[in-house]
Amino acid sequence: MTLFLAGLGCCVLGLVAAMILSIERRVVVASFAGSLGCLLTFVAATHVLISGRAVSFHSSLVLPLNGVSLTLDPLGALFVAMTSFVGIATLVYYVGYAKGELRSRTSLSLLLLFLMSLLSVPAASSVVTLMFAWELMALSSMLLIMVEQRRHVEARTAAQWYGAMTQLGAASILLGLLLLSLKSGQTFADIRAHFALMSPTLRSFAFVLTLIGFASKAGAVPFHVWLPKAHPEAPSPVSALMSSAMVAMGVYGIVRVSNDLLGGGTLWWWVVVVALGVVSALFGALHAVTSVDLKRLLAYSTIDILGLVLIGVGCSGALAATGHPGDAHLALIGALLLVVSHASFKGCLFLGAGAIERATGSRSLDQLGGLIRRIPMTSALFAVGALSIVAVPAFSGFTSEWLLLQGLLHGFVDRSSPTLIVLLVGVVALALTGGLTAVAFVKAFGIGFLGQARSSGAASAHEVPRTMQLGMGILCIPCVALGVAPGLVIPLVSRAAQRGSASVVPRSLESGIGLTLGHVRGAIEPMLLLAGFLVFVALISGVKSLLRRPARKVEAWRGGGGPPTARMQYTATSYAEPLQRVFADVLRPEIDVEVTHAVESHYNEQSLSYESRVDDAVERLAYQPVIRAFARVGLVARRLQNGSVHRYLAFGFIALLIVLVVLA
Amino acid sequence: MTHVGTPLAYAIIASILQVALIALGGPLLMGLMAKVRARAEGRVGAPIHQPLRDLRKLMGKERLRAQHSSAVLAVAPLVVFGSTALAVAISPLVTTHPLLSASADLFVIVYLLLTGSVTMALAGLDTGTVFGGMGSSRAITVGALAEPALLVAVIALSIQARTSNLPAIVADTITHPVWTSTPTRILALVALVIVVIAETGRLPVDNPNTHLELTMIHEAMTLEYAGSDLGLVTLGAAMRLGLLFALLMNLFVPWGVATGNSIPWLLAAVVFLALKTSLLAAAVSLIEVHSAKLRLFRVPELLAGGFVLAVLAVITQLATR
Repeated sequence: MTLFLAGLGCCVLGLVAAMILSIERRVVVASFAGSLGCLLTFVAATHVLISGRAVSFHSSLVLPLNGVSLTLDPLGALFVAMTSFVGIATLVYYVGYAKGELRSRTSLSLLLLFLMSLLSVPAASSVVTLMFAWELMALSSMLLIMVEQRRHVEARTAAQWYGAMTQLGAASILLGLLLLSLKSGQTFADIRAHFALMSPTLRSFAFVLTLIGFASKAGAVPFHVWLPKAHPEAPSPVSALMSSAMVAMGVYGIVRVSNDLLGGGTLWWWVVVVALGVVSALFGALHAVTSVDLKRLLAYSTIDILGLVLIGVGCSGALAATGHPGDAHLALIGALLLVVSHASFKGCLFLGAGAIERATGSRSLDQLGGLIRRIPMTSALFAVGALSIVAVPAFSGFTSEWLLLQGLLHGFVDRSSPTLIVLLVGVVALALTGGLTAVAFVKAFGIGFLGQARSSGAASAHEVPRTMQLGMGILCIPCVALGVAPGLVIPLVSRAAQRGSASVVPRSLESGIGLTLGHVRGAIEPMLLLAGFLVFVALISGVKSLLRRPARKVEAWRGGGGPPTARMQYTATSYAEPLQRVFADVLRPEIDVEVTHAVESHYNEQSLSYESRVDDAVERLAYQPVIRAFARVGLVARRLQNGSVHRYLAFGFIALLIVLVVLA
Repeated sequence: MTHVGTPLAYAIIASILQVALIALGGPLLMGLMAKVRARAEGRVGAPIHQPLRDLRKLMGKERLRAQHSSAVLAVAPLVVFGSTALAVAISPLVTTHPLLSASADLFVIVYLLLTGSVTMALAGLDTGTVFGGMGSSRAITVGALAEPALLVAVIALSIQARTSNLPAIVADTITHPVWTSTPTRILALVALVIVVIAETGRLPVDNPNTHLELTMIHEAMTLEYAGSDLGLVTLGAAMRLGLLFALLMNLFVPWGVATGNSIPWLLAAVVFLALKTSLLAAAVSLIEVHSAKLRLFRVPELLAGGFVLAVLAVITQLATR
């Protein structure tokens, strides 16, 4: 625990350094101190994961109301380790990325504060500590979105949406946790010891309230509206932290409260979680396919992947609730591994998006193209992240999805029928999103990095500073390591999942370098598969080099017309058009086609403009009416205020009278 | 799954045999399909080994690459070949104990094939030409819609066998012949046939013989390759067809696959497999003669049909147990 506290201390030192040092030194020193802090917390968390023993700390000096209580148990440690790792990469990247407002005292100290709060949430072991860290996380990230608001006007709206949603979510969580601590003390140990005394109705109430808050943080549809606004508008290192670490805290919260504090609950809880997951996964995947803004695409894909995680968590809970702890454990391992691997590839992709924005000045895919020749290093690192999320074997996305599928698959054997339906729906959603994710990322990489440059910015792109590349590179390590040698990490994740599962009956998971499931037949050895693949590639390139015909570069085939220009290429919009058309009923795109005919003949067209936009249907149908209603009430209420002091005094007098009457 | 009784040498021989068989057999199957089609249309048609001749010719020709292309176009043929060959080597085609059979999970095979498709789609965008982009966009759309049907059909089979390990499923089907006639298998079979037709680019989803811009899907992506690059891409596509046909037959008519460790049995299995896949190829070709290519935007309906059948396969499996 000392190490963990020392890590937080280092972050505080960095914060102080950011406040007092000159602008030239500030960024480097603060991010060095922050990275060192993250390294310490990473070591502390890994130690807990390896030993399996929880460590705790309590001090009544720091916070009012019973002080601060921190406990690192395997479940929390997994999230701390993940956050620390992403934190190191982000801070290293930040050194090269920071310019203008991002070098200011405010943004540096906010970043460190955000990081510290992210590290404290999974370590918190009392309601007060958790809520304090949670609110700190929400506020610091909201302000971080606003850092560049002078140049990005959209950032203001994004921060408003985010602020409103996160505060509603936090209020809901607070209510839920207060309900829990009614009968007992406010520490988690007390709640855990007394949850059996609570009535089932009260427990269910607490579950629903906390679920709303946590699911909104995890970007579950329909509470997701803030996410596709806030992630793209925040500075890229902040987007990376938000998408890989902060969003995962929603999952942490669900697992912690429902599995751990409330002891697993009943089947219908988990049906709700799976339903949220299914809707989010499909909605996120479809919107990712049609997005043109690279960061928006990544944000929607976060909703998609977190939806898959919720499916895993929900199915695991359902299996546990119907008395199958072994299968539940396997599904939860899959879900948690997906969280970890999402943190690494999505972090890498968001940092990559930032690098592209820095290199080209744009993040719209329709303005990019040909980057692989201009900025090969950044392109290669982005490609690793993209291959990982597409779930190409021997990358982390594949391992985690495989494990999740195995967990669900083996849950199918001899089960009661409600669970079967939950599992069936979950598996079908997993299958549906797989192909869509592949389209989204083939589009992102193919349109953004391949072909010819579509704008002058893309044509004159320059490679970003080394520190930015290093930051992305750090996150590529787990993308490959978890894919090639998952067996090295699985025991740790398995330990975290055991703590999360209500009943602890570990399923034997023999893992060397690859994965072998215990009593069911199923195994993968990604290292050997990779070796086999390389053998075949080496053999065939050997055969080809024997043919001794080097490739000659010639002009691309013209098809009988003039030379192919950049404007003739497929764009992100046209690439996804077939799928947008197939899913038009769900996406409801708005398409405007305007044709101006030539004067001579109606059949000749002078000009044609085409505009297609895919809005968030949930926002339009569910949120806008509420906002409009509030605005109307506000307009009516404004009439009460005409600026006259007399009227306000009269209001005060009337209010006093009413109070007196009521009291009398 | 570790097969204690299987010597490593046997596994290696089996895997090499499988790769060689599919590398030669895939193009021959394509030739056979073209021949059957030609005969059904009253033509004589090219000899069955014509695709092999074409491949030999392509391998000897000069490679040309577009100016704007990057490393992606250069490595794409290698990746397509490598991933398909790996899938062939570990699948239970002539024996249930090939190399790495423990890792020959259904999902591994599906995602190895997906790796090939993704690579082709990326390479299609690499030259920045219209046809490449068009083929890439269409192929990935069809692929994305076929994927769910494929995965759910695979899941139906895995639930029945209680494992997603492919050699184990084939071996168990041989010992439980009843499985082949269960409603689950039959529904999954129909779903898989639809998927295989889409994945291998056959009619009515894609016409392998067309170069008409309105209709071509896979061919549009191969336009930018020349010489041995084109040869490898074509070989990769033929091997994919061979692999999918062979897997389809082995999942539903598994007899003839060697389960022991004897070399003669292995050779007999080769003959069986050749016969089974030839029959399937001839049947598919006959269906092709009588069907017209679907409009691109009608293809999703076909694939949705496949998806529904696959979901029904899972449900019947759960209900009949």
